Amino acid sequence: MVGQALRTPAVAKTTPPGGSKVRRAGRFTPYLFLAPYLLLFAAFVGAPAVFGLWISLHDWDYLLPGKPFVGLANYTNLFDSASLVFESFWSSMQATGIFTLFSVPLLVVVPFGIALVLNRKFPGRTFFRAVYFAPYVLGVAVVCVLWRILLDPNNGPVNYLLGSPIPWVTNLPWVWISLVGITLWWTLGFNAVIYLAGLQDIPKELYEAARADGAGRWAQLRHVTLPGIRPVLLFVVTSTLLASANMFGQSFLLTNGAPGFETRTAIMYIANEGLKDYRMGSSAAMSYVFTFVLILISLLNFRLFRTKERS
Amino acid sequence: MSDPLINRRRLLGLGLGAGGALVLSACGGGGGGPKAGATAPATAAPTSYTGPDVSLSFWNGFTGGDGPVMKKLIDRFIGEHPNIKVAMNVYKWEDYYKKVPAAVSAGQGPDLGIMHVDSVATNAARGVVLPLDDLAKSLSLTEADFSPPVWQAGVFKESRYAIPLDVHPLGMFYNKTVMKKADLDPEKPPQTAEEYMSALAALKKAGIEGHWATPFAFTGTFQFQSLMYQFGGQMFTDDAMAVKFAEEPGVQALTWLVDLVKQGYSPKNVAQDADFIALQNGRAAFNWNGIWCINTLNEIDELEWGVAPLPQIGAKRAAWAGSHQFVVFKQRTDDPNKLAAAKVFINWISQQSLEWAKGGQVPARKVIRDGAEFKALKEQAAIGSQIDDLFFAPSVPGIQDPGPILDAAVNQAILLRKAPKEALAEAAAKADKILEQNRKKYGA
Repeated sequence: MVGQALRTPAVAKTTPPGGSKVRRAGRFTPYLFLAPYLLLFAAFVGAPAVFGLWISLHDWDYLLPGKPFVGLANYTNLFDSASLVFESFWSSMQATGIFTLFSVPLLVVVPFGIALVLNRKFPGRTFFRAVYFAPYVLGVAVVCVLWRILLDPNNGPVNYLLGSPIPWVTNLPWVWISLVGITLWWTLGFNAVIYLAGLQDIPKELYEAARADGAGRWAQLRHVTLPGIRPVLLFVVTSTLLASANMFGQSFLLTNGAPGFETRTAIMYIANEGLKDYRMGSSAAMSYVFTFVLILISLLNFRLFRTKERS
Repeated sequence: MSDPLINRRRLLGLGLGAGGALVLSACGGGGGGPKAGATAPATAAPTSYTGPDVSLSFWNGFTGGDGPVMKKLIDRFIGEHPNIKVAMNVYKWEDYYKKVPAAVSAGQGPDLGIMHVDSVATNAARGVVLPLDDLAKSLSLTEADFSPPVWQAGVFKESRYAIPLDVHPLGMFYNKTVMKKADLDPEKPPQTAEEYMSALAALKKAGIEGHWATPFAFTGTFQFQSLMYQFGGQMFTDDAMAVKFAEEPGVQALTWLVDLVKQGYSPKNVAQDADFIALQNGRAAFNWNGIWCINTLNEIDELEWGVAPLPQIGAKRAAWAGSHQFVVFKQRTDDPNKLAAAKVFINWISQQSLEWAKGGQVPARKVIRDGAEFKALKEQAAIGSQIDDLFFAPSVPGIQDPGPILDAAVNQAILLRKAPKEALAEAAAKADKILEQNRKKYGA
């Protein structure tokens, strides 16, 4: 564990030992510094989140005079297979799950490989770094319209070149391949840049020391590179997981949930329930269940990385 | 102060009904001048506006070729009515229907707007739009001036909330060049079931998939609904207590569309709008699409195309249609001047709906529809001839909520993922629950 041993001092505790002295200078100083953000957070995240809980206990349409209190009915409906929302909600959760399951591993691994290549010295490196990052600057609408035209099963250039009518945007399983593929193409640049920054932070001496110890390419990757980017990896996995779970635009614009409701993601369904059918109580309850699931997965993710760090 | 006088005379000259006359006498007693306008009741005569300068905000979703047409009409209106300014804001329809209720509840709502007919009842129940009975009355507008289903569709709980501007039905667009390839007479498009099927068979022989069956709501669901009404079915029971689309006529209609794919008259897995593009590219002969396609097709120079009413596949003629209707939004504080000006505006635009028709619509007003000038718009008139065969959803709040569920059933069936009967039955069970939920919610 060469890398581990050498890295520890670099991350040594930087907090000064006399922390109590700082505090004496002004008990409220740290809070004053935090106040502006706290205020925004409380107004635009905290308060709506609490208000949302209140909404989720009612049959809520903000324009109707009566907003009857229904207790936990909006939540129990989600777990009652006879209710109207049960099947729609869980099939949309499943769609989100399928997308996340396929997109996250790809979005963690492929950009890593690209970052490794882009970290080497070769002519035109800056150009390629820009090329891989370029799609990320496009908006979701541009990306989807572009691919919608390219992948059109009947009139698109992709099928023309392939010479076969593959239903990229109409039928299973092709819709998932398209959605995951497009998302990968669109956002891999962002993850690659994060990895690249992480890779550049690993001291060259570590590789030299590893080589001196007789480590080959593979051993260097395993024992120097991977431990070196672990914090970056945690960030990439967590943010990609949340971004994938929140997928909305691609499905909305490319397939509009079709075939049937197969690609209607949880966020799409929740938005539809709340903003189009004006069942905001039910929609809020779904949001909380969805959030709860995401919190569980994130906790699991953090736990996984922490135990690795300890070993 | 001569303008108001002239307007009043013109009003008298028009010989409006009792409502108009009452308002006139009220104004006469007020002493004239702008003050009379300001104190006029909300039932002010809607053909003239004599109050102080007002500016109206008018929101709609005319993002297509219809936007510039409306803009031109508004410019002309402002030219003729110097004391009324109209500012138009255009949003995508989807955003519009989310934005408007939020804006109204925040007291920032526009003065007037356009709604599709099946959204009127929902927005009336939610207190977004105001009743317009007095407007209809003072203009002596009646069912006979429009067409009964279009006119009735704007009524909710015995109050009128919307004034029809246009109807936009489906029609059968056809590519003449493609028809010639299969030795079909391009001047005699098929209009019966036998003619249609033999045309498709002839096209298939010539290697052409004649009618691309799209699995998407635009316009797959519209085609399904048209066929279902042709076979004698309907979307809802008359009291909107339950859906009827899963009954025999619905199954027949969806099976007919699915069979297009199975018999090789349509490719499988047609993408959104690919059917319409195929018509333009000469890969399909027929496309049942909305009247709004007219201008798009006109812009393609070498395309030889025509449009006819939908062929009669079932027992009677029927075609899906939407309708744009004028609505007036609720405000925190009523401004009688704005209300009066809004009514003048609605009436004026409605009378100019021939101009509007050129943008690819059928005017809602009968006089204009029957006029020689509209008949001269060959394509619009062909689609407009279906006016008595159109159907609209019952005027019940939340009536469009089951829509996506039917869309998904049509989608699954045409993609050959589910049998038509099974897909429709599953959708109907869900749709009935939605209707029940809405009855509870809106207290019907």
